[in-house]
Amino acid sequence: MRDSISFRLNGKPIHLDVDGDRTLLWVLRTDLGLTGTKFGCGESFCGACTVVVDKEAVRSCQMPVKAVRGKDVTTIEGLEQNGKLHPLQAAFADSGGLQCGFCTPGMIMNAYALLLKTPKPTRSQIRAGMDDNLCRCAAHHRIVQAIERVSAPA
Amino acid sequence: MTDDPSVVVAPPLPSAGSSLHRRDFVRLLGGGIIVLFNADLSDLLGQETRTRGYPTDFNAYLRIAGDGRVTIYSGKIEMGQGVVTSLAQMAADELAVSLDSIDMVMGDTALCPFDMGTYGSMSTRFFGPALRAAAAEAKAVLLTLASEHLKTPPDTLSVEDGMVFLTSDRKTRVTFGQLAKGQKIVRTLDGKAVTKSVSEFRVMGRPEKRRDARAKVTGKAQFAGDIRLPGMLYAKVLRPPAHGAALKSVDTSAAARLPGVVVVNEGGMVAVLHSDPEAAEKALALVRADFEVPKPAFDDKTVFAHLLSVAGEGEEREKKGDLAEGEKRSVSLFEAKYLNGYGAHAPIETHTALARLEGGTMTVWSSTQTPFPSQQAIAQAIGFATENVRVITPFVGGGFGGKSAGLQAIEAAKLAKLTGKPVQVCWSRAEEFFLDSFRPAAVVRIRSGLDGAGRICLWDYQVYAAGSRSSEQFYDVPNNLIRTYGRWGSETPKMHLFATGPWRAPGANLNVFARESQIDAMAAKARVDPLEFRLNNTSDKRMRRVLEAAAGRFGWKKAAAPSRRGLGVACGIDAGTYVALMAEVRVDAATGSVKVGRIVCAQDMGVVINPDGAKMQMEGCVMMGLGYTLSEEVRFDGGRILTRNFDTYELPRFSGMPEIETVLVKNDELTPQGGGEPAIVPVGAVVANAIFDATGARLFQMPMTAERVKEALVAVSRKP
Repeated sequence: MRDSISFRLNGKPIHLDVDGDRTLLWVLRTDLGLTGTKFGCGESFCGACTVVVDKEAVRSCQMPVKAVRGKDVTTIEGLEQNGKLHPLQAAFADSGGLQCGFCTPGMIMNAYALLLKTPKPTRSQIRAGMDDNLCRCAAHHRIVQAIERVSAPA
Repeated sequence: MTDDPSVVVAPPLPSAGSSLHRRDFVRLLGGGIIVLFNADLSDLLGQETRTRGYPTDFNAYLRIAGDGRVTIYSGKIEMGQGVVTSLAQMAADELAVSLDSIDMVMGDTALCPFDMGTYGSMSTRFFGPALRAAAAEAKAVLLTLASEHLKTPPDTLSVEDGMVFLTSDRKTRVTFGQLAKGQKIVRTLDGKAVTKSVSEFRVMGRPEKRRDARAKVTGKAQFAGDIRLPGMLYAKVLRPPAHGAALKSVDTSAAARLPGVVVVNEGGMVAVLHSDPEAAEKALALVRADFEVPKPAFDDKTVFAHLLSVAGEGEEREKKGDLAEGEKRSVSLFEAKYLNGYGAHAPIETHTALARLEGGTMTVWSSTQTPFPSQQAIAQAIGFATENVRVITPFVGGGFGGKSAGLQAIEAAKLAKLTGKPVQVCWSRAEEFFLDSFRPAAVVRIRSGLDGAGRICLWDYQVYAAGSRSSEQFYDVPNNLIRTYGRWGSETPKMHLFATGPWRAPGANLNVFARESQIDAMAAKARVDPLEFRLNNTSDKRMRRVLEAAAGRFGWKKAAAPSRRGLGVACGIDAGTYVALMAEVRVDAATGSVKVGRIVCAQDMGVVINPDGAKMQMEGCVMMGLGYTLSEEVRFDGGRILTRNFDTYELPRFSGMPEIETVLVKNDELTPQGGGEPAIVPVGAVVANAIFDATGARLFQMPMTAERVKEALVAVSRKP
């Protein structure tokens, strides 16, 4: 069954004719060629597939694409503006908040949504807010440092 | 540094799949100055590499192009450990060019020198010297060319930042690019090139940010699953419900009726393919298969008795003095058994490969730690000559030893050959837990003794199924015997029901857990502070220095355990590097849950190439180590793997993150030692020792789950 689905993707309107039950993750990764969003576990446990829908971090492996109809979807590819890294991206890079880099897009998108809600989180709020995103290389310290760097009062 | 785009892990997709032979590749690389190895490298690389099969055949290490850019070719791969940066630092320093002018091509069997694989903390130790020598040789060639070009003897010239100039007049100069332009110089290295001493380092030894960071924070970094080819299909392969199960019958007719599905049933492999990966998954769910599953022989609880029963005769690894004499001198004897179950690698990127057959060449983009052995395995599996298979390694999303076997690459290549289409195989998380080569379950038995002066006089060490890594004795024990039982991995028949393999510092984590727990128990019995006890019993200078460095940073105050403070110490040697850890833990007596509050890690790894990268590895080792220490364990019943996703395989999380402080203990007299694994090896022990200090209860099995800690607390409370 094909559905006609319109939404905003990384700030631009987009229209798809797809089976609306397919997951947002695989529509992004195949039809739209946006491979920055990763498949990690397929059951929402790891967070590698995290994207932001209407300011909420969601697990795109669990979200049917029809559920984003009329909504605003941001993926890792949408953070960089005119060749300039988003402050979170720059902070992850400068703090060394990544090793293999596979969980990184999901980490950054989850942190992005966290800061939209709580612009000045405490360290324990950061830890709680990031707790369901897994990093096997264990770059946790540098990730927390990166988020603190962006959110710390100037 | 984050603006640097010049990091290439694999070159762009080639236009046509022309068969690439090594002899052609000098031509393929184009002009410039190319340094090759064609010499016996054993002098340069050391005996160990020769026995490990490091290549002495035709190899290209680097190329300087007419535009002055330098390309490094390395069979090593980048999986997060940071060699894409540290190897570039080495080459930049030896060549005297800026780090920004270096491009890296890694893990491409058509372009890079042969390499056994990226494991064992060996890239910096063994590939590093070869690369540095190649860069030093290239610099010597450039100096000769500049001398001709500027018509002045070489000793009047200096080299800096990709430029050769007259020492007395910097304006009389020529760039590397100008010198290399239009040249076709191929130099073969004789291993005599003089590399820099530590005091001459300009780029090495300096903390550098990761050169792959920008690509990774923007989502542009390509992993094997991110490559798209026209007409490609996504495959799902039918798996048995248990290891050892035999397929009795299969019916793929329902799956085949789904539009667009391609079914393959050949040579024991049943697969369904589709241009949409989710449609392939739906098709797989429609495949009806009947398997005969063998009766479970043992499970995750009974495995230890099984290991002891099948391990067979022991092999002596170290022997000194006489155990009977040691026992006679002992005033107290200690006997204990230490256990560790199977562990999964669980990289966030599951095993993935994309294969394409074109023009007689099978090209496979694979998430692998071993591109060259994988090339051979694929060739054998599909009946191709090795040179007609090309493995390209994009960024690898974590390996930890698990991405060495490469079954997914073989599956993708077989399916590409059968269907004539490019085929991607990307394992689901359940497949990853099912097909992973687990860290083997293992047992250590130790019998040790203390003499009247508080010295260790007896050490009888037996390790089953884990191998001897990091069990080497560095305490001053006159009567010492170390024996291993059961060959590593699958070499001992009937030991394991599924694949086992190296897991970040193979075997070392259990060996150090066992040894350092036993040492701690002896210190406690002697009523001596555990740090002091270690210092009293080892004269190894490097070990004493890392212990003292850790104590200094930690602010260690002497007390015999259990002091109820929850402090622990443990130390170890791995990959030539010495590590000491100190930890502070809190134990919740009601639940048994352990919270690690702080860990200090002091490490002597010889010359440090990238101090920031080294510290990242130390932090990562400590944090990852908390997983094997506290929570990670594969559950199984016979060949059936019960652990299928991260809900039941608990990785370390942000909420469990302690404060981690790292100390690099300077040792510039020693060539660079391993960095990717050493700091993980004492993590289990330092936590176990801190738990004992907090509670008086000793844990003998990892992971030290809340349930096991609670059991130990109950047991200790019942003692009179």
